[in-house]
Amino acid sequence: MTRRIEWIHGWLLLTPALVLLFAFTHVPAVKTIIDSFFSTPRGARPATFVGTANYEFLLNDATFWRVLENNALYALVTIPVSIALAIAMALWVDGKLKGRGFVRMAYFAPTVLPLIATANIWMFFYTPGFGLIDQVRALFGGAQVNWLGDPQLVLGAVMVVAIWKEAGFFMIFYLAALQSIPPSLREAAAIEGASRWTFFRRVTFPLLMPTTLFVSINAVINAVRLVDHIFVMTEGGPDNHSSLLLYYIYETAFKFWDTAYASTLTVVVLAILSVLAIGQFHLIDRRVHYR
Amino acid sequence: MSGVSIEVRALEKRWGETVAVDRVSFTAEAGAFTVLLGPSGCGKSTTLRLVAGLESASGGQVLIDGRDVTHRPPNGRDIAMVFQSYALFPHLNVAENILFGLKVRRVAKAERARRLDRVAEMLGLTPLLHRKPSQISGGQQQRTALARAIIAEKPICLMDEPLSNLDAKLRHEMRNELRALQRALGLTMVYVTHDQAEALSMADRIVVLNQGRVEQADAPRALYDRPTSAFVARFIGTPPMNLIEIARCEDGWRAAGVENGGTSRGGAILDRASVPVADARPVLLGVRPEDLALADAGTPGIEATVESVEYLGADNLVSCRTADQVLTARLPHRRRLQAGAPIRLTWPARAQHFFDGGSGRRLDGDGPAPIPAISKA
Ligand SMILES: Nc1ncnc2c1ncn2[C@@H]1O[C@H](COP(=O)(O)OP(=O)(O)OP(=O)(O)O)[C@@H](O)[C@H]1O
Ligand SMILES: [Mg+2]
Repeated sequence: MTRRIEWIHGWLLLTPALVLLFAFTHVPAVKTIIDSFFSTPRGARPATFVGTANYEFLLNDATFWRVLENNALYALVTIPVSIALAIAMALWVDGKLKGRGFVRMAYFAPTVLPLIATANIWMFFYTPGFGLIDQVRALFGGAQVNWLGDPQLVLGAVMVVAIWKEAGFFMIFYLAALQSIPPSLREAAAIEGASRWTFFRRVTFPLLMPTTLFVSINAVINAVRLVDHIFVMTEGGPDNHSSLLLYYIYETAFKFWDTAYASTLTVVVLAILSVLAIGQFHLIDRRVHYR
Repeated sequence: MSGVSIEVRALEKRWGETVAVDRVSFTAEAGAFTVLLGPSGCGKSTTLRLVAGLESASGGQVLIDGRDVTHRPPNGRDIAMVFQSYALFPHLNVAENILFGLKVRRVAKAERARRLDRVAEMLGLTPLLHRKPSQISGGQQQRTALARAIIAEKPICLMDEPLSNLDAKLRHEMRNELRALQRALGLTMVYVTHDQAEALSMADRIVVLNQGRVEQADAPRALYDRPTSAFVARFIGTPPMNLIEIARCEDGWRAAGVENGGTSRGGAILDRASVPVADARPVLLGVRPEDLALADAGTPGIEATVESVEYLGADNLVSCRTADQVLTARLPHRRRLQAGAPIRLTWPARAQHFFDGGSGRRLDGDGPAPIPAISKA
């Protein structure tokens, strides 16, 4: 009898959290998958089951492929570059440096700023003619460049913003990991005659692998998840050259009001992300040494 | 590979106001086992790190094999080092850890394999070569660190309290192993410890440090038999030497603090001639616990009361109170002593040491000990 009461109590205590979790996470997720097999309801016309029609449309949607390519390139460049920068900055800040408290804070500042604010700062940098970059270029006789208006340059321009924002954040993780490496390892290597580079390659970098795994999974997710700067700086333009997957989903759902197709896109993006995360874990995990 | 000598001249290390190493000089002879001994914080590790080149000296010189290496980096000094924490690379297995330095120095593969076989065999690490440091015991980690130092075939090996993380039994075994290995390879060893028993049992020569200065540098036997300061006398030996404050009186020297009461208790314990000072300054009389004996009736001695008796098997450690000082005597077990019993203690004249009450220096000169030094094997 008391067991039964305990059991009921347990469930009652869990209920509020479960209700919220179901209402805002699980139900919408399942609903999204279901919606992707229906047409978009319009006016008096209710949604009808269309099977895989939405997915077939996606395969032939040139914009989707363009955006997927953009996002792949965006991830392939921003992730390695921001990780490499993060490690370099962490090594530098970890060393015996005067005023390193200040440097540490300076590097971390972009992370504290909301991405929208960051984007605004960079808008100023990129403004053709008046922007910081063009003003500096003018000193050396460079011509005006419309960084955000040129289809060839725009993706690179938003990538720079992402790297600027992410590297400082990742640096904090690397800094924490570096500080857990005992200094005697460096001394032991110094006595053996190892150069700084050898020590980094043979000792520091392998010992940072767990951090690299964690950071790179986060970076992949962020490469899809963080699109605030696209809203502020380019709205995906010109001609979708800076549009990323999540921004395209947003446009489809809330500009074109094609909710069914937006659901389809969401499902595909989720699938891609899951495969990437699992793949990363298996690939890197085998080569990671956990202490 | 055979050892080369290390000479340290007036070495200094300061961090702002703290003086960690204060004009330290000593010589570690080629092929000898030299121990840096002293209490915590006296500058042993700093001295060793200065010799290794891991710290830069604020003053003085380090000479290795006669060459001034004071400003050379660690790898320009031809040394190997074993760290207190072992400093094994946690992501590399035992073999990779041992071979780290050889790979860095691009020693040929066949040569590496040959040396690894030999060293692993010597230290009993062969079955563990593929384990990570986290998968082996403390003693095995210690041996791995040692193997990494030995495989380099450097003439000098520096060790900073390498045994302090091991349990008593293993520590004892490793002491013997280390000593045997050092002899077999003819290495010049500089070994840091705060454990005087370890130092006495392993060293050819002990450098006692106190607050960054050298108190005494001598063979273990000389250090024990003829400490040049009260500090060394207190530091060496278990239990350490008794130091009794004595003061001059009418008919010689008495234990300080005895005169109140003025009864027969106390009185002169030494005649005036046996203490090598002319004036009436305070003096410390030192007698080792094993040199104290119960006095026969009628012979001179120091009156005391038994406070406690610690049974050690072969003999007893007896704590006795005389006036306001407590003495420890190692007495044969035959005499049954009870707490509170009055006793009289005596000692042979050759077993007494005198130190200046103020400076702590030995009073009959700091010259070399009159005992013939034990020959090195
Ligand atoms: N990096 C440093 N900065 C400032 N002071 C230091 C530094 N390293 C050591 N000291 C000081 O120098 C003195 C000697 O330190 P050292 O580590 O040589 O002592 P030790 O004899 O090895 O002691 P232990 O037996 O505890 O290891 C200590 O007072 C210590 O506080
Ligand atoms: Mg130390």
